Amino acid sequence: MDNSRRKFLKIAGLSAIAGIGAPTAFNGLLKGEALASAPDLEENVLKGEVGKRYGIVIDVRKFAENKALARRCINVCHSIHNVPDYGLNKDGSKNKKDEIKWLWTDGFENVFPDHSHYKKNADLHEMPILALCNHCDNPPCVRACPTKATFKNPDGIVMMDFHRCIGCRFCMAACPYGARSFNWRSPRELKADGSYKHIKNFNAEFPTRMRGVVEKCNLCAERLAIGKIPACVEEARSANAMVFGDLNDPHSEISEVLNSEFTIQRKPALGTNPSIFYII
Amino acid sequence: MIEKALTGNRLYWAWLAFLLLIMGVGALGYVHQFTYGLGATGMSRDVSWGLYISQFTFLVGVAAGGVMLVLPYYLHNYKVFGRITILGEFMAVAAVAMCLMFILADLGQPMRALNVLLHPTPHSILFWDMIVLNVYLLLNIVGGWVMLNAEKKELPPPKWVKGLIYLSIPWAISIHTVTAFLYCGLPGRHYWLTAILAPRFLASAFAAGPALLIICALIMRRFTAFDVGREAISKLVTIITYAAILNFFFVGLEFFVGYYSNIPGHMHTLDYLFFGLTDHAGNVYDNLVWPMRFSMVIGMTATIALLFPKMRDSYTKIGWLCGMIFVSLWIDKGLGLVLGGFVPTPMEYITEYYPTGTELAITAAVWATGFFILTILYKVVISVKLAKES
Repeated sequence: MDNSRRKFLKIAGLSAIAGIGAPTAFNGLLKGEALASAPDLEENVLKGEVGKRYGIVIDVRKFAENKALARRCINVCHSIHNVPDYGLNKDGSKNKKDEIKWLWTDGFENVFPDHSHYKKNADLHEMPILALCNHCDNPPCVRACPTKATFKNPDGIVMMDFHRCIGCRFCMAACPYGARSFNWRSPRELKADGSYKHIKNFNAEFPTRMRGVVEKCNLCAERLAIGKIPACVEEARSANAMVFGDLNDPHSEISEVLNSEFTIQRKPALGTNPSIFYII
Repeated sequence: MIEKALTGNRLYWAWLAFLLLIMGVGALGYVHQFTYGLGATGMSRDVSWGLYISQFTFLVGVAAGGVMLVLPYYLHNYKVFGRITILGEFMAVAAVAMCLMFILADLGQPMRALNVLLHPTPHSILFWDMIVLNVYLLLNIVGGWVMLNAEKKELPPPKWVKGLIYLSIPWAISIHTVTAFLYCGLPGRHYWLTAILAPRFLASAFAAGPALLIICALIMRRFTAFDVGREAISKLVTIITYAAILNFFFVGLEFFVGYYSNIPGHMHTLDYLFFGLTDHAGNVYDNLVWPMRFSMVIGMTATIALLFPKMRDSYTKIGWLCGMIFVSLWIDKGLGLVLGGFVPTPMEYITEYYPTGTELAITAAVWATGFFILTILYKVVISVKLAKES
């Protein structure tokens, strides 16, 4: 009798210890990358307010007024980052299979698929909306990467290490925004004259990639390092269509815009906390 | 013991030569993929995993299926499985070997594969999958080999090996659970984001693995003097039947949740897989509809048939029904699950995937390599067991 009771207490005690220990161990496993549960939403947002957190506000109205602007932003981004262009297929359609893009335009229903398109504003039909990596505060891609080849900088930028990436493409499956591209073939293919076949204006200050690695927008980390702002924002500045800055600084221009304008984020329900905001 | 694999009749050598031929063709395909890049496959920015990862997922199940023999035999001392359990363990070895080859074939930078060990990342499920799969491979090859060796020498097996075998039981569950976690932990991929994915994986695994095992056992019975015994087969058929019933029940649950909740994201992939999706321009995308419907029809037909004693009274019938269940689950998990998850994309585009010749050749070669390993291991088993009996 005594013996079995002692046994029971032992087991009960051990289970209790395990029960207390498990959540801690689990949190350690996630390393704070995951949103633990919905009620912690506030805590989670606050957590991101330590140090810098760079973000962008995109004023879609301005891009609608100036239809050529988005293309200019994309061109400057892709050209300074040596993003290859694989052009057209033999039948004249766009080569979507090999496509690599850091910044692109898409329809409202594609960028914001969770928003209703029923009886949507006529302007929205034609409106090209810029899409790019959201530099999430809770990036699912960083959680998924088995080698830390994609990681979050202290300033909130989600970065890629092209030299560590093994090309498993787990991050592409994990990204809910379709922001990641894979080098299905070598972007370094050369023409007969020794220039790059798929990179029009080669920029020697930024690395080209090799085949078999993933790439995406890096929020121009290389420009921020020398005190410049992201190239797309610089291009859109004259039209006042994009604002870049530190979301954690209450006095930054971006914080003031976010304070005064109604903005939306892509798929907020997923708990990724994007750093890209849209004024529609 | 391995020398037993070096002697065999003409059929044995012809079979190995046939597998080697497929492996050779696949190797050429891989040289092309290695030099050109993964663009040599049908995968794209939108469908970024294809046949390799889907085969990998299916084969993890085949590997885990071995536990349906190990558990009754070692844990419950179920003697009827005495001759067949080793076959289950070695099937797990061949299946995990295929899994690892498929992962390697899928890497954009295979030479960097060891980065997963150099930079261990516990918050990545792929890191854990690598660990559980390699350990499971080791547990089964060591456990199976040591037990067989002891049997051959007519000595009691060393005590420590029992520990490994017991460990392999929960480990089998873990490999398929962790593999399901690869998918069901991703936000924004609605088809995979379901808590029932791991149970569904396990149920299909416990049907598909033993089904393949029965087919192998029946082939060996036909071409060699090795017979695992009628009772073992019939018990295994019972296991397959109930696992398959559970699997189709789980599939039904997915349908209910999707269509009754009426949430578009939960219905899209099921629409694509079973009815075809239509885009805004009116184009219909339905390249997986007939395989998926075929899979459900043959799978459910065979499962129901197995419930009737009349359908289990001959090896021919059992062989066919097991074949139907295996093919059904292969289509469901080895094609639909992974490929369907990418349709539509997170930006709600529909891109269909078709594997290329290179990709098919490499896939066939990995399967051939798996069967090559399986044949060698089974040859050793048969030789040892028959030599002991004669």
